[in-house]
Amino acid sequence: MNIVLAIILGIIFGFALQRVGATNPQNIINMLRLKDLHLMKAIFFAIGISSALLFLLMTAGVINAGHLSVKSSYIGVIVGGALLGLGFAVAGYCPGTGLTALADGRKDALFFIGGGLLGALIYTMVYGSIKGSWLFNTISGGKVMLATGSDKFQALLPVIPGTLLAVTIGIVFMLIAWKLPDEI
Amino acid sequence: MNGQLNWFKGGLLLGAAFLLAVAFVKPIGVSTQFVIADGIVWNLFSGSVVQKDSESKSGYSSPNAYLNKSGGKYAKNVANPINYSFVFVIAMVIGALLSSRLGGPKPTIADRSAPEVWRQRFGKNPTLRYVTVFFAGVLVLFGARLAGGCTSGHMMSGMMQTSLSGYLFAAGAFAAAVPAAVLVYKRK
Repeated sequence: MNIVLAIILGIIFGFALQRVGATNPQNIINMLRLKDLHLMKAIFFAIGISSALLFLLMTAGVINAGHLSVKSSYIGVIVGGALLGLGFAVAGYCPGTGLTALADGRKDALFFIGGGLLGALIYTMVYGSIKGSWLFNTISGGKVMLATGSDKFQALLPVIPGTLLAVTIGIVFMLIAWKLPDEI
Repeated sequence: MNGQLNWFKGGLLLGAAFLLAVAFVKPIGVSTQFVIADGIVWNLFSGSVVQKDSESKSGYSSPNAYLNKSGGKYAKNVANPINYSFVFVIAMVIGALLSSRLGGPKPTIADRSAPEVWRQRFGKNPTLRYVTVFFAGVLVLFGARLAGGCTSGHMMSGMMQTSLSGYLFAAGAFAAAVPAAVLVYKRK
């Protein structure tokens, strides 16, 4: 059953990435050099609406809050994000879009994936010697979320009702998506 | 480009993918599967990369510290490639292929080697593009593993859950990516 869901949900996600134009490195590069914000708008809108609906549906009991999985916050998240950002800007691919770009018949994506497998392997090899370093110092307690809504993860802003906060952030994201210009 | 959805429809579709995944199973993530793929290949050549271990939380362990992390959960997925997260990532390629075949945007022959913005800046020689993108790939996946996730897992899934890590990741990624893109490709 889990494997059937993996196939269905994976197909939906891959379909969405291709159809929104995220498998095209031209769109990624033009977003990052602030020329064409079409993808940026789509990303803001996607995060905004999915976040608002997620918290509303959890409150309504439709979505099990146990499905949430909040990742830890530590220095390496920012450093790693920055390293990823450099490669992302040059290649125009991130892990998910590089992989799905294969379906477009993009040959450069094949080289990106080859490099990605090597990068992941290097990390697998060096992890043992860096795992005790400052890179893994947690920020604000590690696995935290802004809004309340899960028993597993602590909220940074527990005074505000979680659904209200998440829906508000979601609406702000959707407004940003709407207001951002397509092209600069 | 032809066949590409506008930001509203595209955002709805993308948002639906992330919401459905967390509703039915768990938040979407991709970059871990590059480690699992490496591990599967490694395991073909060496029998001792992962092994059954009743002491470990997942039932598997590895002499490699990374594969052995979190109770050996990566080791378990290396030993059992037909698992949810790995199959999900393979299915993404099928989904993209379906979209492409059913009226999605299609790149030109030249686009398949390098996007137009690259060709305008660095010329048509595909080798330069391939070599550069290979090293960019090394950086992207090393960075994603150090961060503990990528654009899908940290930024999209994370910010959807209002996870602090999603915001930190997005800040780090865009603070580096925007100046880099402007520097490499210029604005004009």
